[in-house]
Amino acid sequence: MTQRYTLLLIITLAIAVLMTGGMVYASSAPVAPAAQGQADPHATAPVVTEDPRSTAPWWVWPLALFIVTFILGILAVLGGVGGGVLFVPIVGGFFPFNIDFVRGAGLLVALAGALAAGPGLLKRNLASIRLALPVALIASAAAIVGAMIGLALKPNVVNILLGATILFIVAIMATAKKSDFPIVPKPDNLSQSLGIMGIYREESIGKDVEWTVHKTPMGLALFVVIGIMAGMFGLGAGWANVPVLNLLMGAPLKISVATSKFLLSITDTSAAWVYLNQGAVLPMIVVPSLVGIMLGSMIGVKILAKSKPKAIKWMVIGLLLFAGLRSLLKGLEIWK
Amino acid sequence: MGSEKTKASEEQMAYAKVLNFGMWLGLAVLIVTFFVYLSGIMPTFVKIDDLPKYWTMRVHDYNVALNAPTGWGWATFVGKGDYLNFVGIAMLSGLTILCYLVILPILIKKKDTAYVVIAIAEVLVLSLAASGLLKVGGH
Repeated sequence: MTQRYTLLLIITLAIAVLMTGGMVYASSAPVAPAAQGQADPHATAPVVTEDPRSTAPWWVWPLALFIVTFILGILAVLGGVGGGVLFVPIVGGFFPFNIDFVRGAGLLVALAGALAAGPGLLKRNLASIRLALPVALIASAAAIVGAMIGLALKPNVVNILLGATILFIVAIMATAKKSDFPIVPKPDNLSQSLGIMGIYREESIGKDVEWTVHKTPMGLALFVVIGIMAGMFGLGAGWANVPVLNLLMGAPLKISVATSKFLLSITDTSAAWVYLNQGAVLPMIVVPSLVGIMLGSMIGVKILAKSKPKAIKWMVIGLLLFAGLRSLLKGLEIWK
Repeated sequence: MGSEKTKASEEQMAYAKVLNFGMWLGLAVLIVTFFVYLSGIMPTFVKIDDLPKYWTMRVHDYNVALNAPTGWGWATFVGKGDYLNFVGIAMLSGLTILCYLVILPILIKKKDTAYVVIAIAEVLVLSLAASGLLKVGGH
């Protein structure tokens, strides 16, 4: 166990050194001339926003992004939230990148996290493909609509809506209850006809737990809203998926959390394609963020066993509250 | 230990297997291509030093300013270090479609009609998103 932990730390450190070294090297190495494909980018210089933070050398930001997302990755695991929900408001609020690129990166960060977690959750039968597939169809179609709306809106409108959403998430996180084994008196007709049910091994009580769901039509309707919000803001939507699956539809908490994570790999895929096709993906933002948050998550999992979850949860809520307010005030042009 | 009843279904295991392989492959490609990009051994579409001038722009303005490709146009620029990274990104983004295509024959074999329809519909939705046919208006 200690050996694995040490190995993980060494790998993390090696990648961090490589990332830092790569960026410093690239900052000093002569970049090959840009034989731009379709036009000289500098000939048609458009409106270049003069953000004072942009005067720093280019490599400062990806490096800062890597460090910040590494920390966010740790906090996300300890706070029980997805990386995307922390990433978008914090990076959007405090980095010079346009919110379009931040949302594109946010979706890919959430997508990568979900893709990484998916196989293990499916194999252990905690994520249920029978529960996820109908929900994913609704949510992924809605996420496309959300992504298109989000990219068409003005940045200050996006920031206002994002800020309001983050503050709403804070309220949900602070007040929502969770139920390990919700009572489902009778599965509804739709869930019965789709065969949405399962059985899994609950190690904490040493028993096999049978589960089914109810209120499926209402749950699916809510996933339209969740999908739109996920696509619009580039947020992973675990914060909304879990309460709907667990509290409304009555899936056990473990099944809800695992299925939600797997679900993100489908929902975020559809929205990610829209951002990718519109060009709202910059590798210089995406890759350091993705690597940072994944390495942070791995460390977070190791720390989880020794941490005090309640204190961390409130720290994450505080961080989201601050980031949500920042986004809201930025959108209202009170705090630029 | 879990009993036979608690084991994941055949389609779930097949999905997990493809997802696991594809995720690691996509991630490895993404990291390798990023270091190729940073190393400067390939020409870039946008000079790295110039990036701070452009990443503050809205994506529409960025595309106009640089005459940057949209849709699958990036595929013609994989010879540029920055667009080379899109290979790994597209692999990760396309993985779910592949997973659905893998489980489809299993669902058909099981005569699970409802899930066959759902899986086909999902492939169509994701393919539409991936196609680049959906356009977002300018600003």
